[in-house]
Amino acid sequence: MVTIKELPKEEYLLKGNPACAGCGSAISLRLLFKALGSRIIMIVPACCTTVIQGPYPYAAFNVPMLNIVFEATGAAASGVVAALRRRGIKDVTVIGWAGDGGTVDIGLQALSGAAERGTDFIYICYDNEAYGNTGMQRSGATPFGAWTTTTPTGKREHKKNMPLIMAAHGIPYVATAIPSYPLDFIRKLRKAKEIKGTKYIHILSPCPVGWRFPHNKTIEIGRLAVQTGMWALFEIENGKFKLNPPSSGLLNKEKRKPVREYLKLQGRFRHLTDQDIMEIQRWVDETWENYKKMISC
Amino acid sequence: MAKVIIDTANHIAAYAAKAARVQVVAAYPITPQTTVVEKIAEFVESGEMDADYIRVESEHSAMAACVGAEAAGVRAFTATSAHGLALMHEVLHWAAGSRLPIVMAVINRAMGAPWSIWPDYSDSLSQRDTGWLQFYCADNQEVFDTIIQAYKICEDKRVLLPAMVCSEGFILSHTAMPVKIPDQEEIDDFLPPYEPGWVLDVDNPFSHAPLVSPEWYMEFRYMIQQAMENSKKIIEEVDKEYGERFGFRHGGLVDRYRCEDAELVLVTMGTMGAEAKISVDNLRQEGYKVGLARVRAFRPFPKEVFRELAETARMFTAIDRHVSFGFEGFLFSEIKASLYPRQITADPPLISGFLAGIGGRDVTFRDIEKIAKKSWNWMEKGKIEKEIVWWKLRD
Repeated sequence: MVTIKELPKEEYLLKGNPACAGCGSAISLRLLFKALGSRIIMIVPACCTTVIQGPYPYAAFNVPMLNIVFEATGAAASGVVAALRRRGIKDVTVIGWAGDGGTVDIGLQALSGAAERGTDFIYICYDNEAYGNTGMQRSGATPFGAWTTTTPTGKREHKKNMPLIMAAHGIPYVATAIPSYPLDFIRKLRKAKEIKGTKYIHILSPCPVGWRFPHNKTIEIGRLAVQTGMWALFEIENGKFKLNPPSSGLLNKEKRKPVREYLKLQGRFRHLTDQDIMEIQRWVDETWENYKKMISC
Repeated sequence: MAKVIIDTANHIAAYAAKAARVQVVAAYPITPQTTVVEKIAEFVESGEMDADYIRVESEHSAMAACVGAEAAGVRAFTATSAHGLALMHEVLHWAAGSRLPIVMAVINRAMGAPWSIWPDYSDSLSQRDTGWLQFYCADNQEVFDTIIQAYKICEDKRVLLPAMVCSEGFILSHTAMPVKIPDQEEIDDFLPPYEPGWVLDVDNPFSHAPLVSPEWYMEFRYMIQQAMENSKKIIEEVDKEYGERFGFRHGGLVDRYRCEDAELVLVTMGTMGAEAKISVDNLRQEGYKVGLARVRAFRPFPKEVFRELAETARMFTAIDRHVSFGFEGFLFSEIKASLYPRQITADPPLISGFLAGIGGRDVTFRDIEKIAKKSWNWMEKGKIEKEIVWWKLRD
C-alpha cells in the first residue's frame, strides 16, 4: 500500500519550471520522481516536457535527461538500455516519457519495435489528447467531438485505445493512470519498476490551456473523467486485465456519471450537440462493455 | 599475428566493427548494405564479438538507438544505404548536434525514384550538411582501416562528431579482395576503449540537448564548425600513425597520386579514384603530366590541399558520381569554392566538371583517360568548352 506520508520529501521536479499553471503533466512528473527517486534516466522526445524541463542553461529536472527526436523514444530507449547493460549498471530505471502525439501517432513504430524487442524500460505516455506544445492540434488520442485548432468544428473520429494496442504486443505490464488518483499512479510505477521487460503506462493528463478549463480544476476534471468512464483505471499484468478503484466500481453503467458532466466543464466541448454527446456516451458504454468481456475471459 | 583474409567490403566492414570492439550495434537491412549486418549478427551470435545487437524496425530507429547507446557511454555502430540513410536524416543531425562519435558504414546506392540498387553518391552527399565527417573508400583495405581510424578521430575530444565511412555498393560491397587484418592487441593499443565526452549519469544529472534559445544556439553550431576544422589535422595524424603501425596509409584527407609535377589534376572519390590511378600511369607513359587527387574526406572538405595543389597545377578536372540538381557535381563545386581566393589572382587554374558513373554506370580507366585527354585539350586551348559534361549520356 502506498500512502502519501511515506512518499519521499525530495523534489526532482525543481521549482521555477516553466510548465503552465495546472498542467496535469507537471503534476504527473512530480509524482513520477517521487515514486521512482533519482536513479532513473529520462528519454524525452519533442513534447511539452521539452519546455517543462527548462531552456538551456537551466534544468528543471534533477535527473539525467536524453532529449531525442519526436518519433524515436522507443528506439533511443533500446540504445540506452543496451549501453547500461554493457556497462553492468543494474540499478537504474530507464523511462521513456512522451506525449500522445509522440506515442499514438508519430512514435508508434519505434515504441512497437521496442515492445517487440522487450526493451527493459517503462514507457509513459502523458496524454493531453492533442499536440499541446504546438498549440492544440488533433492527434490520434483526441476524443470525438473535441475542438482542436485542426478540428475547429470538432473531431469526427474516436480516440485510439493505445493501452490495448500495447497490450496486444504481449508485454508484461500495461496500466492506465491519472494525476487525480496519485496513489494509484505511484503504485503502478513502483510495480512497473520491479517487472522486467517493456512496461507501458498511459496517463490521461488534463490540460487547462488546451481543454479550456480554469487551471485550478485539473484534479477535479481528472476525477470526472474517471467517474464518467471517459477514462478507466486498469492494469493488464501478463495479459490479465483488471480494473482498479475507483473504476472497478463502475462496471455497471448506472454507477457511472453521465459523460455530459465531464464534457460541460471544458471549452473544447462547448459546441457539442445533444447528438454528439449521445455518440460519446455510446462510445463510452461500448468501451466498458469491452472491458467487461476482458474481465470475464 | 596479422592475417590476410579475402572477403567483400561489407564483410570487411563487419570485421572492422568487431576489431573496434563496438559494444552496441543497431541495424536494419537494406540492399546493398545487408551483408554487413548479417555478418555482425553471425559474429555476435557465435560469441566472436561481444556486443549487444539491437534489431530495430527502421533505419530511423537504428540511428536513434545508436544515439541512446553512445549517450549512455558505449561505442556504437550501424550501417545503411540510400533510402535507409535518407530515413535517418533527422537523427543524423541529432547525433552530430549531440556530439556523439558514432561511426556508420554507408554502402553507397543511388536514390529513387526510380528504384536503383546500384551505386552513386546521391545518398551520402545529400547528408553533407548534417555535421557528420564523411570518408570515401577506394578498396576493401581502406574500408577496414578507415572504420578503425574513424573511431579514433571521432572520439578525440577535439572532434566528438560522428562519421560515415562510405564505399560504393556492389563495386566494393560484394567484391572480395585480400585485406590485412592487424592483431587485435595492436588494434586495441591503437584504439583504446571509448571515453565519452559526456554521459547519462544518475550521479551527475543534466539535461542533454534541451531547448536552446537564439542567445546560445549559434555558439553550439560554431563549436561543430570548430570541431570539423580540428578534425583535419587529426585525420592526417591518425592516418600517419596508422600507417606507421600497420603499414597502410591512404593519404589522410586527400590521396595524392603523381601530383608533384602534374599540370592536370583529376579529382574524384571512391573506386573511381582507384581506377584513375591506372589512367594516370597510362597517360604519363603517353607523356601527359597528369596527377590524381582522390578526396578521402569530403567533410571536412580539404580546401587547403587544393590551394596547395593549385600552386603548380594548371587545371583541375572533377569527376563526380552525383549531381546537385539545379547546379553541378559536388566536387566540382567544392574545388571551385576552395580555390576562389586564387581564382581572383592573375593566373588561376582552369576547372572542369564531369558527371560519371551515376546510378552505377561503369566508369573504367579508359573512360577516365578520355576525360583527362578532353580536359588536356581544353587546357592547351586555355578554354573550357563545356562547363558540365554528362559522361556517356545517351542521346
